Amino acid sequence: MSSPFSINGGACVAMVGKDCVAIACDLRLGLQALTVSNNFPKVFQYGEHVFLGLTGLATDVATVSDLFRYKVNMYRLREERAIAPRTFANLVSSSLYERRFGPYFVSPVVAGLDPKTGEPFICGFDSIGCIDFAKDFIVSGTASDQLFGMCESLWEPNLPAEDLFETISQALLNAVDRDALSGWGAHVYIIEKDKVTKRLLKGRQD
Amino acid sequence: MPGFDFSNYNRNAALHARGVPLPKATSTGTTIVGCIYDGGVVIAADTRATSGPIVADKNCEKLHYISPNIWCAGAGTAADTEFTTALISSQLELHSLSTGRKPRVVTCMTLLKQHLFRYQGYIGAYLVVAGVDPTGTHLFTVHAHGSTDKLPYVTMGSGSLAAMSVFETQWRPNLTQEDAVKLCSDAILSGIFNDLGSGSNVDVAIITKEKTTLKRNYIKPNERTQKLKSYKFARGTTNVLNEKIIHKADLGNFVTVEEISVTGPGDKMEVDA
Amino acid sequence: MAMFSQNPTMNGPNYSFSDTPRAAAPEGAREHRFDPYTDNGGSTLAIAGADFTIMAGDTRLTSGYSINSRYHPKVFKIGGTTADQSDATIALSVVGFAADGEALKERLDAICKMYQYRHGKPMSVKACAQRLSTVLYQKRFFPYYAYAILGGLDEEGKGAVYSYDPVGSYEREQCRAGGAAASLIMPFLDNQVNFKNQYIPGSGEGHALQERERKPLSRNEVETLVKDAFDGAVERHIEVGDGLQMMIITKDGIQEVTLPLKRD
Repeated sequence: MSSPFSINGGACVAMVGKDCVAIACDLRLGLQALTVSNNFPKVFQYGEHVFLGLTGLATDVATVSDLFRYKVNMYRLREERAIAPRTFANLVSSSLYERRFGPYFVSPVVAGLDPKTGEPFICGFDSIGCIDFAKDFIVSGTASDQLFGMCESLWEPNLPAEDLFETISQALLNAVDRDALSGWGAHVYIIEKDKVTKRLLKGRQD
Repeated sequence: MPGFDFSNYNRNAALHARGVPLPKATSTGTTIVGCIYDGGVVIAADTRATSGPIVADKNCEKLHYISPNIWCAGAGTAADTEFTTALISSQLELHSLSTGRKPRVVTCMTLLKQHLFRYQGYIGAYLVVAGVDPTGTHLFTVHAHGSTDKLPYVTMGSGSLAAMSVFETQWRPNLTQEDAVKLCSDAILSGIFNDLGSGSNVDVAIITKEKTTLKRNYIKPNERTQKLKSYKFARGTTNVLNEKIIHKADLGNFVTVEEISVTGPGDKMEVDA
Repeated sequence: MAMFSQNPTMNGPNYSFSDTPRAAAPEGAREHRFDPYTDNGGSTLAIAGADFTIMAGDTRLTSGYSINSRYHPKVFKIGGTTADQSDATIALSVVGFAADGEALKERLDAICKMYQYRHGKPMSVKACAQRLSTVLYQKRFFPYYAYAILGGLDEEGKGAVYSYDPVGSYEREQCRAGGAAASLIMPFLDNQVNFKNQYIPGSGEGHALQERERKPLSRNEVETLVKDAFDGAVERHIEVGDGLQMMIITKDGIQEVTLPLKRD
């Protein structure tokens, strides 16, 4: 049996642009080399401007995404306000570290805009909750090496929403085409102050 | 302390017994150093975090706050250094509040070693603890299994040998603050350039009786060179099959808001049967 | 759990990142092993143009977390008749286990020289490519642990790149990345050399959209791509860095360029 992180496959990437952020994922769900579904999104929304990408073991992706839906709802009821991306990132981190010696096999990515200032925020985590605060991009999943290569060469600072969409889409599509366990279409979210745009991309179906 | 949740432990142990490897945690490959001088102590770190041979974070922070006069440099499993220092920082704050005294470096070191010893090395935190308290200037190293050392100059992490070679050739007693900062940053630079687990920038913290100065990115010898070309795409290059836009203004359309007046119609709730 | 806090050289023999030692053997079992291979890291890249080929590689040689050399070439001229290989027309890049790479280069160079003396003409890239495959397959059960890429100009003067696995399976391609950072560089090449996943804006709707057609790149464009690809790889892969060695093969011979890369 291989690593739990590469049984189901999948990829996720987040990028910062000018007054906007983008987060994208592929749609494949597999069992080793066999593709089971081509409609398994890995990006989840937890508020107007708070998004979470989850790659890794699919059962944990489902469990963890539900767990955070519950935790965010409880936060909203207790605090009577929506959760901010940075607060959410700390929630993810401490929730994962709580299971330091029996981790969920997931690599989360958070993307969003600060509800007060509108400032872009992205960060990534390892499976035990160590936060990686980046100013440029975050990658995760079985195609993370490929995504690092793509993002490192394609990304540039202060891209407007329209250009950021092209950059993140090209980074994801070309990365997953060089990974046997990811691909089969993609979802891309462009998050701006007054609107969120979700697009379905055409990708190779092999 | 609330403690860890072990409910996934058995599942993962069963998987591991069937040959599934343990997850790859972000590791701060790392060079960290510390050096006492006349009047205080300096600690320094590089800023690279790795996951295997891949750089996960090019500019992470490895100097952790414990209390205003105690700081900690961390190597090993990144999450462990982060959370262990945060936990001990919190305990020390409460301790200082209840005793009404400034926290001491030995107290911090003891809390750390007792915590790490309890976990038998499974919490992979390797730390350099430094600070100035009413009893003087102190510098310690704490290993993941709970052992500690007290020395005038220390190095840890994968770049420890490279850094120690600088200390062993250049260190002398009675350094000035400038000398100590130079010595520590040279030791980190030696780790950055000669150890693959370390890289990017130098962070320095100077702790004296009066104050602590954190110099984030004190030296940046590895700035990325300008790309020769912009790889911006023409808009419309990507093939989009479906698009959905949700404007903030339209968000109200998905929710119905009903005003409920306190004195509105309906029966009052029955309190007693 | 990966704990890299101590120098690996202190904790026993060095290992490559892709082949970490097994934690524990079964009770009582003792394994005696012969470990003749090391992964010396580094990365290579080759792109074929209309009338040229560019071969490139970084010049860092590593083992574990140590840098053994900051200038150890991975790209070699093959089959020249002089000591400095000034009249060579073919280049070979090798990455993986440096000693095997070196041995493979020496073998292929000797073969090309012998061909020249026997036939009175230099070996064609096509012939050299086939011969290299044979050389590799001859050691099928004790392979050269090296990922080779062969570059030159074909009989029509067009750029030719042949890439190999360690046991001799080979293929002619437009471009190829090899070694430690191959997975970082290859998708970038697909996108920027073969224009994969790029469509012509406004040429249709949905599935009817026209794919952007690939056109051969100019020498300057390719040199730019190579430098930017390596700069990206250096940022994210710890085994890549120090120097970038480039060989540009044209009908006028092979030109060699060395550029600096980050050294951390």
